[in-house]
Amino acid sequence: MSVISDAEPPDQKRRGVPPRALVLGIISFAAGIGLWWLATVSGLSVLPNPLAVAIRFGELLANGQLLSDAGASLARVLTGFVIGTAVAIPVGFLMGWYKTARSLIDPWIQFFRVVPPLAIIPLAIVTLGIDEKPKIFVIFLAAFLSSVVATYQGVISVDKTYINAARVLGASDRTIFAKVVIPASTPFILVGFRIGLGSAWATVVAAELIAAQSGLGFRMQQAQLYYDLPTIFVSLITIGILGLIMDRVVVWSDTRLTGWQERM
Amino acid sequence: MDTQDPKIRFDNVTKVFGEGVDAFTALRNLNLDIADGEIVTVVGPSGCGKSTAMNIVAGLQDVTSGQCLVNGTEVHGPGPDRGVIFQQYALFPWLTVRKNVEFGLKLQGLGKDERRKRAEHYIALVGLSDFADTLPKNLSGGMKQRCAIARAYAVNPSVLLMDEPFGALDALTRVRLQDQLLDTWSRDKRTIMFITHDVDEAVYLAHRVIVLAARPGRLQEIIEVDLPFPRNEDIRLSSEFTKIRNRVWHAVYTRSDKETA
Repeated sequence: MSVISDAEPPDQKRRGVPPRALVLGIISFAAGIGLWWLATVSGLSVLPNPLAVAIRFGELLANGQLLSDAGASLARVLTGFVIGTAVAIPVGFLMGWYKTARSLIDPWIQFFRVVPPLAIIPLAIVTLGIDEKPKIFVIFLAAFLSSVVATYQGVISVDKTYINAARVLGASDRTIFAKVVIPASTPFILVGFRIGLGSAWATVVAAELIAAQSGLGFRMQQAQLYYDLPTIFVSLITIGILGLIMDRVVVWSDTRLTGWQERM
Repeated sequence: MDTQDPKIRFDNVTKVFGEGVDAFTALRNLNLDIADGEIVTVVGPSGCGKSTAMNIVAGLQDVTSGQCLVNGTEVHGPGPDRGVIFQQYALFPWLTVRKNVEFGLKLQGLGKDERRKRAEHYIALVGLSDFADTLPKNLSGGMKQRCAIARAYAVNPSVLLMDEPFGALDALTRVRLQDQLLDTWSRDKRTIMFITHDVDEAVYLAHRVIVLAARPGRLQEIIEVDLPFPRNEDIRLSSEFTKIRNRVWHAVYTRSDKETA
């Protein structure tokens, strides 16, 4: 009998059963927590154990501090990221479409690309003050630089046949830009978004470690002074989770917007 | 046909790419008239300038000297009076079959309903009605090319320029699309300039086969295909067909071999 039930259509068998990758992921995660637990309980490590971190997590969540810290960091990232990409996309298109613009702008971008945004912080603080402006500025820079390069790469790698196909159907340069170049370069732009969001997130935490009165980075900095390891852990885990969620959002919008691509 | 003005005229057309020592003559002094409603196929070894000749008619490339006339006026840039079908299909992958076919109609300023009606007509003509809302990635090569043909037909060009359109397809699909092309032609009698490297295809479709030679690209020979329309399998297997086919084959391959040897 078992032979017969094995021969059922594979689709039916899979329904309701979680995919293998998910199961393995959960097992791996649980094993990691277990190892962490073992290391702390056995005294091998001075790190706080998972329970202490979970308790602190609950406390910080209950008194609202975690939410306000996460909110402060997120607000900086999103502001910097939105402004950065909003400037990057037109500049990237300009560079891809007009050779003159490319030659004029590219040296600056190449130069600032090799300067880590964090290295700008001292200068930004001196010139922009100690409030939100310097932090948002460096995040803007981080998001802008990765998105502008991606957009410009996207425009110059648009398949010439699409452009020719549009031209022979009677399309003007403007139509070609709006109806061919923009959709064809969207996959590249979204890759830039993904990288830009990652570097914006990395930059905000570091910026908060250096100069801030709120945010997850600031909280870790404070906790360090008091040797408050559980709070540092809570902040780190929150940073990881938020970063992961933002990355998933970009990936999700990528599959929605560029599902037309032939993927391997 | 002789009394009419030609639909397409190459008047001493020369096309040189690059300059100085890097200069490459893709076409030299090409003179050729294509009559209204005529099907002309162009064959020749690679580097003979057959794609260049087509791109010049399409307005995608300028001539270096001489002139190219369509309907008696010199070609300046592309236009919807000349439909082009590319080997790589060139469908917009982010648009469905319907939206691809409607692309050119939208550019002509047609209203939504008229656009839809016209698109549906041409999608049906190439047998893709069941796939109207499918994205190109979910179509086979033959279906993609049929969609590209529908897109080109939809704007109602008086000239069809086809650059090895069936080159990437399997033999059976190719034969089917050839028959469909001739079938459509028998009704609308559009002028067709068809580039191919397949000698059988060149003879089967054409009134005249234009053989080009390479380095520099130039006219080698024009071979009249004295076979009746409609063409079918019997014609493809006839001895007359084989005779013409051999002539074309000889003109293309034997001579180009001698030259390179």
